[in-house]
Amino acid sequence: MTTNSIQVTAAPDHSLPGEPVETRTVGQISVQQPVLSARAVNIFYGAKQAIKDINLDIGLHSVTALIGPSGCGKSTFLRSMNRMNDTIPGARMTGRITLDGEDIYSGDQDVVQLRARVGMVFQQPNPFPKSIYENVAYGPRIHGLAVTRADLDVIVQSSLQKAGLWSEVKDRLSHPGTGLSGGQQQRLCIARAMAVDPEVILMDEPCSALDPVATARIEDLIDELRDKYTIVIVTHNMQQAARVSQRTAYFHMGELIEVGATNQIFTNPGHRLTEDYITGRFG
Amino acid sequence: MNSISDTSAVRARRVAKRLRRRHWAERRFRLYGLTAVLLSVGFMVFLFANIIGKGYRAFEQTYIRVDINYAEELIDPNGTRLAQDLADGNYQGVIKASMRAQFPDVVERSEQRKLYGLLSESAERALKDHVVGNPGLIGHSDSVWLLADDHIDLLVKGEISTEAAEEDRRVDDQEIKWMAALTAGHRVERHFNWSFFTEGDSREPEQAGILGAVKGSLFALLITIGLSFPIGVAAALYLEEFARRDHFTDVIEVNINNLAAVPSIVFGILGLSVFIQFFGLPRSSPLVGGLVLTLMTLPTIIISSRAALKAVPPSIRQAAFGIGASRVQMVLHHVLPLALPGMLTGAIIGMARALGETAPLLMIGMVSFVADVPTNLSSAATALPVQVYLWSSSAEQAFVERTSAAIMVLLAFLLTMNLLAVILRNRFERRW
Ligand SMILES: Nc1ncnc2c1ncn2[C@@H]1O[C@H](COP(=O)(O)OP(=O)(O)O)[C@@H](O)[C@H]1O
Ligand SMILES: [Mg+2]
Repeated sequence: MTTNSIQVTAAPDHSLPGEPVETRTVGQISVQQPVLSARAVNIFYGAKQAIKDINLDIGLHSVTALIGPSGCGKSTFLRSMNRMNDTIPGARMTGRITLDGEDIYSGDQDVVQLRARVGMVFQQPNPFPKSIYENVAYGPRIHGLAVTRADLDVIVQSSLQKAGLWSEVKDRLSHPGTGLSGGQQQRLCIARAMAVDPEVILMDEPCSALDPVATARIEDLIDELRDKYTIVIVTHNMQQAARVSQRTAYFHMGELIEVGATNQIFTNPGHRLTEDYITGRFG
Repeated sequence: MNSISDTSAVRARRVAKRLRRRHWAERRFRLYGLTAVLLSVGFMVFLFANIIGKGYRAFEQTYIRVDINYAEELIDPNGTRLAQDLADGNYQGVIKASMRAQFPDVVERSEQRKLYGLLSESAERALKDHVVGNPGLIGHSDSVWLLADDHIDLLVKGEISTEAAEEDRRVDDQEIKWMAALTAGHRVERHFNWSFFTEGDSREPEQAGILGAVKGSLFALLITIGLSFPIGVAAALYLEEFARRDHFTDVIEVNINNLAAVPSIVFGILGLSVFIQFFGLPRSSPLVGGLVLTLMTLPTIIISSRAALKAVPPSIRQAAFGIGASRVQMVLHHVLPLALPGMLTGAIIGMARALGETAPLLMIGMVSFVADVPTNLSSAATALPVQVYLWSSSAEQAFVERTSAAIMVLLAFLLTMNLLAVILRNRFERRW
């Protein structure tokens, strides 16, 4: 008996990626090369509905920002894309989310495998209380990505390099990851997520616990990673969304109000609520 | 909201008064706390002083040096020098002859019997072992330190007042005279009481040791830790990390908490009817004792293990899930190692409680007199606190100091275990 309690009901069949979908969302919910697509997604915590009928595609090798007032369901929707909601008791979802066209909630989808393909970075840096090396090596090890210690060394080094942390920690790989500064810890968590070679990285307010300098470094990093990875970032910081993302989705009380190119959303929003939010009338 | 009359001077005075009152209240409060601390420290000092004051003498025993003539006709009349023949020798006769030689003017039978009574009955056995180990002694003589009887031991330790009327004390004037003569001849010494730590219980106080009880407790605790720790940790892991919160787990939780509050004697009755009467396990054995203590300790270990698991922050679990660890991997690789020191601390404290537990052991018969040191889990045994209970209810005065000495041994074990728990907690406890 586990808490993997997400129950999936059959989605209405209007939802093949790329096809037009009936939706109240302003803007284009589909993209040319979707990696992830959500169709008619509803998510409930017990009796409370946190996400209401959301349709959204996430485009390949781009940064998609999810913005909206606190409690509007950004994190909930983000977690549904690698089934982290499965670990929350009482969480339930209907609808359909596909990764490269395969339903990630179907019975034969292995959750463990899914989370290797769709990695996650959390709001609070949460390195394991182990060495820096072990933090990065853990994922490859449990997924069997490295055969020899040398393979593992290569993965650890390249992941830390990609996260821009290598030069800072290469002499102290055996030191505890929890001894790093907040910004370094968060980059370690990004390196850890990249070590299992994911297609998508989900980031839930990755900079909200960091100072401005560390935040700038992470933002630069996200910009670099976009070449190789598809990134979805939740942020409550609109400047950040404007700086790092190409596409922005605005959530309001569980609904996806508007989605579009970032510069268009911020300069010429199509919905009253979006406009009110980005002009700071509420938040 | 200041009234007109409330000038700044008046207000300053009012503030000063309030401040004074507040300081007073603070001082008073600190005094209450200090009193409470001093009171409990005082009780502890009193307890320890009392026990140590009574018990330290038990760590020494009186020995009497006797010149032994190893007469061949008594020890080895056939002259074979075979160990089995030597073991059958009349060592009592040897000792008696030697004592008579020491005091040649004691001729009356009853007087002589009293003279022999200066020595412990175990002297005969000690002498036998000595001769079997050195057969070359036969036909020669040497002097040997032999254990004194318990009432002589008390006399030498000054615990029998020689001022009291003769019929009111356990040693009579003649014995006192003999001991004075022996002391004058440098034939009386107190040696460290090794046999207290190497022997089992005995009806004779001077021969009684604590090893039987220590081993009984040790065997029982081995069973207890071996069963209750893995079972308790597994139950805690299941409840905290795997089970979904529902009525079923609520009921279990309430039951575990209730079980932890059940008086230990009830577990003894349960053990008696289940393990002994139903399963037919041997009565008075550390096996059954350990099983009963397991039942008693299990709820405590489950509760402390769950607390240790709860103390591991959820972000660690998220991190493990986020990288694609399965639930079992998450638990075994991350949560359990972090929770283990806390679990061990709880287990040690549970063990310390089990070590001091007496009531349930009385119910399953670990309270009988057992002279033999237990050799395995199903031999009859007693336990340290039960030994304390047994000796404290013995009539012999010499058991008084042994009771306190046994308490000292028990407390030494308990303090060591608690110290270990504290060290473990300080060394490994992680703060997030
Ligand atoms: N674990 C949970 N259990 C119950 N309700 C939750 C849980 N997590 C989030 N919620 C609720 O779902 C709604 C959306 O939350 P969330 O996705 O965290 O919003 P956001 O990330 O946009 O601030 C909120 O109303 C919140 O109270
Ligand atoms: Mg959130």
